[in-house]
Amino acid sequence: MTAVDTEPATPGTDAEHLLVVDDLSTSFATGQGPLRAVEHVSLDLGRGRTLGIVGESGSGKSVLARSIMGLLPKYASRTGSVRFEGQEMIGASASDLRTLWGARMAMVFQDPMTALNPVLRIGRQITESINEHLDYSKTQQRETAVALLRSVGIPEPERRLRQYPHELSGGMRQRVVIAISLACGPALLFADEPTTALDVTVQAQILDLLEAQQRERNMAVVLVTHDLGVVATRADEIAVMYGGRIVEQAPTQVLFREMRHPYTEALLKSIPRLDLPSHTRLEAIAGRPPDLLDPPSGCRFTPRCPYAQDKCHAEEPPLEDDGTGHLYRCWFPVGITSKQTTVDSVVTEANVRQGDDDQAVPAKVPPAPPVDGPPPAAPAGEDT
Amino acid sequence: MPDAPTAPSSEPAVLMLEDDSLSDEAPSNEAGSGIGVGGWIAAGWLIFVVAVALLAPFLPVDSPTARGAGPRLPLFTEGHVLGTDSSQRDVLSRLVFGARSSLTVGAGAVAVGFVVGGTLGLIAGFRRGRIDTFLSSLFDILLAFPALVLALSLAVFLKPPSASATAGAEEIDTSGGLTSIQILVLALGIVAIPLLARITRSTTLSWAQREFVLAARAQGARSGRLMVREVLPNVLPAMFSIALLSIAIAIIAEGALSLLGVGVEAPNPSWGNMITENRNVRSSPLNALFSPIVALFVTVMALNYLGDALRKKFDVRDSAL
Amino acid sequence: MSSNAVRIIKLIARKLGQLVVVLFCVTVFTFLLVRLLPGEPEDLLVPVSTDTADPEQRAIIEDRKEQIRADLDLDDPLPQQYIEWISGFVTGDLGNEYTVSSTVPVSDAVGDALPPSLQLILYSQIIALLVAIPVGVIAAYRQGGILDKIANAGAFGALSLPNFAIGLLLAYWIGVRSALPFGPQGYTPFSDDPTEHFQQMMLPAFSLALGQIAVYMRLLRSDMIQTLQEDFILMAKSKGISNARVLWRHALRPSSLTLITVAGLSVGTLIGGTVVIEVIFGIPGMGELIASSIIGREFVTLQSCVAIVAIGFVVINALLDVLYTILDPRIRNA
Repeated sequence: MTAVDTEPATPGTDAEHLLVVDDLSTSFATGQGPLRAVEHVSLDLGRGRTLGIVGESGSGKSVLARSIMGLLPKYASRTGSVRFEGQEMIGASASDLRTLWGARMAMVFQDPMTALNPVLRIGRQITESINEHLDYSKTQQRETAVALLRSVGIPEPERRLRQYPHELSGGMRQRVVIAISLACGPALLFADEPTTALDVTVQAQILDLLEAQQRERNMAVVLVTHDLGVVATRADEIAVMYGGRIVEQAPTQVLFREMRHPYTEALLKSIPRLDLPSHTRLEAIAGRPPDLLDPPSGCRFTPRCPYAQDKCHAEEPPLEDDGTGHLYRCWFPVGITSKQTTVDSVVTEANVRQGDDDQAVPAKVPPAPPVDGPPPAAPAGEDT
Repeated sequence: MPDAPTAPSSEPAVLMLEDDSLSDEAPSNEAGSGIGVGGWIAAGWLIFVVAVALLAPFLPVDSPTARGAGPRLPLFTEGHVLGTDSSQRDVLSRLVFGARSSLTVGAGAVAVGFVVGGTLGLIAGFRRGRIDTFLSSLFDILLAFPALVLALSLAVFLKPPSASATAGAEEIDTSGGLTSIQILVLALGIVAIPLLARITRSTTLSWAQREFVLAARAQGARSGRLMVREVLPNVLPAMFSIALLSIAIAIIAEGALSLLGVGVEAPNPSWGNMITENRNVRSSPLNALFSPIVALFVTVMALNYLGDALRKKFDVRDSAL
Repeated sequence: MSSNAVRIIKLIARKLGQLVVVLFCVTVFTFLLVRLLPGEPEDLLVPVSTDTADPEQRAIIEDRKEQIRADLDLDDPLPQQYIEWISGFVTGDLGNEYTVSSTVPVSDAVGDALPPSLQLILYSQIIALLVAIPVGVIAAYRQGGILDKIANAGAFGALSLPNFAIGLLLAYWIGVRSALPFGPQGYTPFSDDPTEHFQQMMLPAFSLALGQIAVYMRLLRSDMIQTLQEDFILMAKSKGISNARVLWRHALRPSSLTLITVAGLSVGTLIGGTVVIEVIFGIPGMGELIASSIIGREFVTLQSCVAIVAIGFVVINALLDVLYTILDPRIRNA
């Protein structure tokens, strides 16, 4: 039924089970009743591994990351189990959580423009968690901060310590945010859309930086993104979320080889591909994400699913393992007949720049530019 | 575009979802479009006070200046519910007639401020350009004075020289001899002009940019007509809430000016000069001191409450203040 | 950095220009206060005499009038009078009050009256901020909680109660009825007897502070509520630092800039309030001086007091404006 079922959920600190999430649900108390942002999510992440969580806005992927960490507002409530390094985090006291936050697990936020405190110096914001969790002298804290900034590729780190966030560019700020998250050497890093707010040219650099740091520190990473292309080469396993639920979950290679859920298929069609002619039209997914206050009956993707049948409206499919560790939540999986798609073909190192919510995926995008090349030319706007 | 684009997009939707749920919790009382129970209680009190003030001469109370009721009678004395003050005058009747003076000053000052300031603000906000620049800097300069000190200066300035000061001089023109209430209305009204003008201006600015005004303008409607027909009716309701808040301030200011010696002239009562006369807490009769304080407090609170409620209802931005 | 310095200097220069214009208008207004009063200035300023029929008295009065005309340069055209007056004013010559027998410089009275008023404003600001900051922060943090509700209701009540009413209530309930050692009327300089000084200043300072507490508290609360929803607050939390640190270091600082501005703008309200509170508590400050000069129709004193208060207000506002710009790194470099 769940991911955990495939491997016995043995809580422990062994390398294979750094993070074990079992049947986690999160809901927000609102004026119109509970909003179930995340439902029945189970995950298992080993030390040093990367899990990609993919979905569009409102799919609950960011809330999932925050729910695992416990970083939720007061009006949110969680059920289920989250074990990190063998320790149950749901129901843990605030002070117990605080000893983990920033020290054993950390988060990189989406928008470096808003994630840094505008009125505190960079240095202060980096040393803050070191000061909290490690028994370092002021000098050691400072030296660590300089080393961190250097390791994330920031020139003149000593000078940066005295600067304020607005004095740095967006890419630099995101490097600072990453430096802050790495400060105490966490075992698990959540990266919540770490490149969405950045320029195309910088996106790949930041992702590469994260990857390098991950390898160096043997750190597990949960990479939250709306872009299958981002996780295609970086994640060991991918979980696709829709309407607060995981709809498909598999090792990366398997997922791209045998895509089963129509939503995953639609997501894939919406990113530019290398193996198709450069003027191929990209498809946006029609319709809107479900209203989580009043979700549709049956499968939540039904209203937007091109293959939906009566059964889909009536009954929600369970998340089932096909026996190979590939899970999906669909009555009529698309897998078998669809043509093969390889991982390499969807990789676009510098991914298509994302616009506002209400802006379509660019109608056509030139072939992916080299990593350090200029940003892709603006889409010619051929769609009507 | 054929389809609603929804695929890859940035994250704000989820964040918004959280913010929405937060704001859904807190302002449950703002959901209604009315002014709430508190608003109606406030309105009820204000109607009562205004009625009392208007009907004061016809109410079965003593003359507010008549002496001889007996010195310093306590509360709930037969025939003198609120007792008497040290000059043997009935406190209730002074309170009733005091309401007349205080409300006249408050409403009168705001009316002056409104007619002048509102018109100037409307013109500045509607015409923009050089007129706006000129008027706005004029308002800024007037606002550079501490309001109470400006009102005080004006009140002194407008006050006809007292008999003793004019003695020895030749005939001095007492410039029509304004009564103390008229002086206060003028002084506080002038102080209110820049404030009210500024608020009217910013409200007008936001309305003058709306489509229907631009549309009317495009159809060749004349500016003056446009201003009065299209903008003014939309600006007025918002201004009404500001007027209530301003009246509260003016009533308080009358009290403060009384204490400084330029309030409503004795022996006529106002809430301000009743407080002033009895301000010595060691020797004055407390019923005579606290009665006007309570009346002032409740009335000001009612004005503030109703003004706030209406302001929320008409969505006057705080920044406009 | 140097471009920042240039920007700050330019900003200060612009503010300075505005300041000069406003100061000019303010001083012209106060100058005209005496000159344009109905009647000739010397008639208004001449000492009050009870028996003007007495030829000897009349002679003295006429003599005084001559002196006043000369002192005020009343025979010069108005612009020149203004220049004479303002140059005297900036050098500390505030003119004279005339009695039958003597000529008293106004600067003496003003010099005595300034310290108590400034102390009163200072104390009330300190009290207001000391109370409003913790209450506002906690009310925002526990939005909708009991303290928040009490604080909001209290603030609403406090804003509807004029400061002179608060003063009178405190003077009665604490000064007269309670055994607390506060409230003897009058004023003792700090240097004479610090204890008595504070005993006397506590109630007036608090009367002035209460309304400010309400204003600051409300402002800080709504500002903090917004700040607490910022990403950087979540980020700070994710570092595992304590809630108190998140609140005081990360949330209060960005919010406190607005508070400083409003605290500055409130100086005007406080000046007006001080004037009234001094009258109630018998503190010989600027307020008392203004009130007594109104009653005694001492227009030169009144004029000087109004000018000093207005100039102080304008200058403080300008200073705070610049300070605010310098304090906020976002604006400073924007």
